[in-house]
Amino acid sequence: MHEPLIFTYSRPGRGAPAQYPPPVPPEVPEKFRRRRRVVLPEVSELQAVRHFTRLSQLNFSIDTHFYPLGSCTMKYNPRACNELAMLPQMLGRHPLAPESLSQGFLACMHELQEMLKEVTGMQGVSLTPMAGAQGEFAGVAMIRAYHQARGDTAREEIIVPDAAHGTNPATATMCGCKVIEVRTLENGDIDIEALKQVVGPKTAGIMLTNPSTVGVFERRIQEVASLVHGAGGLLYYDGANLNAILGKVRPGDMGFDVIHMNLHKTFSTPHGGGGPGSGAVGVGRRLLPFMPVPFVEREEVSAGHAQLRYRYRWMDERDLPQTIGRLSAFMGNAGVLLRAYVYMRMLGRAGLERVAEYATLNANYLLARLQQAGFEPAYPQRRASHEFIITMKRQARELGVNAMDFAKRLLDYGFHAPTTYFPLLVPECLLIEPTETESKQELDAFVDALIAIQREAQQDAAKVKGAPYTLPVRRLDDVRAAKQLDLAYREDPG
Amino acid sequence: MPFIPHTPSDVSEMLAAIGAPDIDALFDEIPAALRTPPPENLPQGLTEMQITRLMHARAQLDGQPLNFLGAGAYEHHIPAAVWAIVSRGEFYSAYTPYQAEASQGTLQVLYEFQTMMANLTGMQVSNASLYDGASALAEACLMAVRAHRQSRSARILVPATVHPDYRHVARAITTGQSLKFDVLPYGEEAGTLDLSSLERYSGQDITAVVVQHPNFFGLLEDVDAITDWAHAQGAMLIAVVNPVSLAIFKPPGEWGEKGADIVVGEGQPLGAPLASGGPYFGFMTTRMEYVRQMPGRLIGRTLDLDGKPGFSLTLQAREQHIRRSKATSNICTNQGLLVTAAAIHLSLLGATGLESVAAACQANTSALVEALTGIDGVRLRFAGPRFHEAVLQLDRQVDGVLQELARRNIAGGLDLSRHFPGLGNALLVCATETRTPEDIRTYAHVLAEILT
Repeated sequence: MHEPLIFTYSRPGRGAPAQYPPPVPPEVPEKFRRRRRVVLPEVSELQAVRHFTRLSQLNFSIDTHFYPLGSCTMKYNPRACNELAMLPQMLGRHPLAPESLSQGFLACMHELQEMLKEVTGMQGVSLTPMAGAQGEFAGVAMIRAYHQARGDTAREEIIVPDAAHGTNPATATMCGCKVIEVRTLENGDIDIEALKQVVGPKTAGIMLTNPSTVGVFERRIQEVASLVHGAGGLLYYDGANLNAILGKVRPGDMGFDVIHMNLHKTFSTPHGGGGPGSGAVGVGRRLLPFMPVPFVEREEVSAGHAQLRYRYRWMDERDLPQTIGRLSAFMGNAGVLLRAYVYMRMLGRAGLERVAEYATLNANYLLARLQQAGFEPAYPQRRASHEFIITMKRQARELGVNAMDFAKRLLDYGFHAPTTYFPLLVPECLLIEPTETESKQELDAFVDALIAIQREAQQDAAKVKGAPYTLPVRRLDDVRAAKQLDLAYREDPG
Repeated sequence: MPFIPHTPSDVSEMLAAIGAPDIDALFDEIPAALRTPPPENLPQGLTEMQITRLMHARAQLDGQPLNFLGAGAYEHHIPAAVWAIVSRGEFYSAYTPYQAEASQGTLQVLYEFQTMMANLTGMQVSNASLYDGASALAEACLMAVRAHRQSRSARILVPATVHPDYRHVARAITTGQSLKFDVLPYGEEAGTLDLSSLERYSGQDITAVVVQHPNFFGLLEDVDAITDWAHAQGAMLIAVVNPVSLAIFKPPGEWGEKGADIVVGEGQPLGAPLASGGPYFGFMTTRMEYVRQMPGRLIGRTLDLDGKPGFSLTLQAREQHIRRSKATSNICTNQGLLVTAAAIHLSLLGATGLESVAAACQANTSALVEALTGIDGVRLRFAGPRFHEAVLQLDRQVDGVLQELARRNIAGGLDLSRHFPGLGNALLVCATETRTPEDIRTYAHVLAEILT
């Protein structure tokens, strides 16, 4: 199936005139006037609807396919969250609308802040970062601001495990810090002896996720915390894996000083083909003065107001002079936050704990089944958290079929591939995360597919290496894409 | 159990396969001392019916004021077809297109978007979006420092007429990187950058000059002269533009002799609802020579094994998941869903539609200014050519007037006294194509009542 570019449907003089106001002449002084018309598609409404609907059908998505992308947490996005975030009053509110006309919205935001504090064990939450990586930025920037406010200016090193998400070292660099890597041991835990060697008076902090990106719980986390705190550094929690521990253990109780939460992962807001996300941050007491603005505060209303017990207001730079500042023009991805709010209210206290329980049950079940079928776990002695790694290094060596070949062949079987080649320290790895919303039947079907592909690889390796066969395109030439850059369509000048 | 499909017999079969006595045993690697006590302060779960009622009540509480606010977020009509398609699960619930063959829909939309934005801004390449317009400006400043290899100063000139919160965001996001921002004053009478304030930087090492056009006050800057001045100094020119305005205004790629070097802006006016501030998207376009310094995702067209055209993420060697601490930026996600909306929105409007929207916005702002300045105690502060917005001077404090307007269900504009105390009692108002003559009469009528 192939869908031509929208530009190929375009004909001069065609349009969708119901979609724009009647023309009036623009008032543009000569020197500012656009001379050549913009090249945009000139198509009818139906042509546009058909084109983009057909394109949508070329995608795998949660609504159509099992999507076990480790570390990305692709679970069902409840429809009610979407519908209720898109009520006309919610969609129509201007970000600078008066607070008196925003109390309903602000109440939702404040309650969301409070719920996130409760599940993470933090003292304050700011919802403003627009993605996980921006939450990371906010976290490390707060750590730096904290040390600088104390005059402790030599602390410029951020310790990052070699297994960490790539955003961690990139964020530390963006904040002007030097990145110090520490090793992960064979058993998946951080190398405490190596950590002892690098922790010291230059340590600003350490960035960790727990469970880690290799899918296991860092058992010596209290030791890590006391080591880093003892040296004067702070602990940053990468919340990408928060899904795995909801209601079981809180980052604040493990000793973390700051955390970002990928609301699109743990709190199930859709990711729309790559975004939007939302990277709310939570902080312990020491970092409260540095939180990014704005966030919402609640005040008791004195007697007389029958309708409302509380008044909600934005906190900004005037209220928090030591803030690391503002990260977006307004208040971050409000629509994503509303979806996360509705999701948390629907699940409630018991439902949130079940998220971790069933995500972990599914992961351990899938791991057990795959292990019984002869696949090799990267950390066979450990409990899986909500995700786990199998390594295809034996298949690569013996059959010449690598992890990417398995991934591409899975697409033909109707499953989105797991995360491939991450974390970097496990060779030929597939990082698999089923999430709690998949059924046992779906997991069994996935195991059957991997077993079938393994059999294919033994009988006809070339068949697996040539996959996929059933998708809109066969395997794409990424080298050509990077060497012969074609980043925008140009109309044939002839 | 909401959204969890497991039956009791599923659970026991699964536990048997694992060899665990119960689900809690799966958490036995967590030290007992760390286990969380029951979260007493979290509310009990609600059914869909209960949460629906609650959210409708919250929405009702806020109502829908008649809106005359702009200042970086603009109320436009969004064709119904846009979100009808964007809300399809295949777009809405997809992830980053890491397996290109299974994501050709998303990838092709992004490629089409890149084409449209390059055309609109008059530049050669576009990325597939950043978070929002303000953070895109911050990324543009960092990119200019990387791209401009001769400049050592990391000094960036920013007129005060650039959106104040864009300036704050640029500072906050670059704070660890020793960039120096010099804020240039606006002319008291004109409300635009005073070119003479550039002169004292002549001959100095300047990395980049930023210009917002139309500026925060809605006024047109002398972009040709500023661009040429920047290039004469060996500095790069970063343009911040409203994409709708580009249907009628000269695109940054054609400013001055050589055109802008990096163009950024807020994509919200292209199909994203106001939605309290987000999700929106930032766009960024540039010249081909700087493409390897560009942050964010790029989609390229290539061929598959059979020689058929297809799309994939490209130049990933710039990105954090490969380059880690040496990446162009820590940005990992983009705003794919909003970009999908923009591509559909621009396809439905086409050049004719976008021009009509831009001209209608301009005409309505003029009608608004005329109606409001007819009231005693209201006058226009800056007279020059403009788009979307105008600064009005009132004879009393703006804050109280806005509160009074809010009581009458009107969002009357932005009080400028906080960001621009020098302007006195100044109010920034905006009327897009969505405001009718009746809306404008209502505002004028209510404002006249409040002021007299």
